[in-house]
Amino acid sequence: MSKAKLIVEDLNKTFPAKRKKSEPVTALAGINLEVDESEFVVIVGPSGCGKSTLLNIVGGLEQATSGRVMISGKEVTEPGADRGMVFQGYSLFPWLSVRQNVEFGLKMKGVSKSEREKTAQEYIDLVGLSGFEESFPNQLSGGMKQRVAIARTLAAKPEILLMDEPFGALDAQTRVVMQELLADVSRKTQNTILFITHDIDEAILLGSRIYVMSRRPGTIREVIDIDIEGERNHTILVKPEFLAIKTKIMEMLWQESQDAALDK
Amino acid sequence: MASSNSNQAIKVRRDNYRYLTAISFCAIIIVWCALTYSGLVNEIFIPSPTDVINTTVEMAKDGSLWINCWYSIKRVMVGWIWSAVTALPIGMVMARSKRFSAIIQPIIEFARYLPVVALVPLTILYLGIDETQKYVIIWLGTFFQLVLMVYDTVASVDKNLINAARTLGASKWQLYKEVIFPASLPGLLDDFRMTIGWAWTYLVVAEMVAASEGLGYIILKSQRFLATDVIFSGLITIGIIGLISDFIMRLITKIIVPWRERLDD
Repeated sequence: MSKAKLIVEDLNKTFPAKRKKSEPVTALAGINLEVDESEFVVIVGPSGCGKSTLLNIVGGLEQATSGRVMISGKEVTEPGADRGMVFQGYSLFPWLSVRQNVEFGLKMKGVSKSEREKTAQEYIDLVGLSGFEESFPNQLSGGMKQRVAIARTLAAKPEILLMDEPFGALDAQTRVVMQELLADVSRKTQNTILFITHDIDEAILLGSRIYVMSRRPGTIREVIDIDIEGERNHTILVKPEFLAIKTKIMEMLWQESQDAALDK
Repeated sequence: MASSNSNQAIKVRRDNYRYLTAISFCAIIIVWCALTYSGLVNEIFIPSPTDVINTTVEMAKDGSLWINCWYSIKRVMVGWIWSAVTALPIGMVMARSKRFSAIIQPIIEFARYLPVVALVPLTILYLGIDETQKYVIIWLGTFFQLVLMVYDTVASVDKNLINAARTLGASKWQLYKEVIFPASLPGLLDDFRMTIGWAWTYLVVAEMVAASEGLGYIILKSQRFLATDVIFSGLITIGIIGLISDFIMRLITKIIVPWRERLDD
């Protein structure tokens, strides 16, 4: 067993009351999780369960109320190039070309221009954007923008890739294409990935391990190892193992929403 | 084919836009002619277009028009550049640091309500009556507003871009230089363009004291003689220079930030 790249230890997050009469909101309660080197871990949970908050804390963009986040054994509290993030809204720099966007992380590190160009080209090719190097973000479709964002994050060579519903804004067909692309890329690059989604199909298709979260306050409800034979592409969507896992997760999430409805 | 169609549509739209602009200008001129040539309004109140054109041509011939333009343009530009150069860093840091903003913002909010005309005696007292005093008047008239505009523009930079840059390893300085500045550049250029307009409106105040040339100066001087034709000529010249500077700034914006998307493009 390889050693853990990311460890999240007893993480809690409480948002203070916004107004005098309202109560503070507990978003995350006692989260523990581990991502091993080269592992593709997916967190799936109902919307509003705090999974984005969890990812932002790991990324250093938000602060935990208590608990620790450790990357390769070192505690982190600030954002850093060791944790690359891909967001649902792409967040590309509109004034930079595709190539310059992909080079951004390397430029921040002070990598030489020729070295930057070489690495950027490598990742542009990897995500299938050859020929669009000099295009600008506003000339690209949603799927292409997300390809640029993935290449940009990978080119900075982070220790772990944090992805927050990256395909949530794409249409169904593009989403499948992007899922297969990401499965392919992660197999080739052997990156460590923590991926968030509310789409169960996507979770099983991509993940080697799935953490299922409960509704708010978010806790880890179940950990499921995915061990489906064969290549990860849309053909697994109809395999019996796939459907068995999907049914199990759906029941869990259904239960959660049922409880939520009765709670009111 | 589709693209040539849409290009055609854009061209038609742009042509329409130009016609409308021409119509609005013509309407003003027609009303002006009607009021003056009919003798409806005394020419002391509104001089006729012929008078204004003759006066302007005379001033152009004896060279005074160009000298006055040159002095005024120089004063407005220097004052405005001082204003832009000082407002930019202060506004940027204000938008990023709550502490700095707490120190600076109340002072600026207070200062921007001070009437610049009332400050003229103080500027003379502190700075004398040479060109510096005139630049400072333009600066006083524009700086405080511009700081708040820069602050607002920088504060509304998409937070996701900043987050993305931070997770790509950008340091604090790199964040300013590589993300916050370029992201706010379109807005900043708009702010600067607006401010040039204000700078021109403070010209008369700047040329109130110890000036012997400048468009503001000739307007002030003509008041004493009720030379409304010269006043009109000066006003129209300022208006035209304003339009030209606005056009140049828009052009610069298009060249520097071709990636910006606007509703009216």
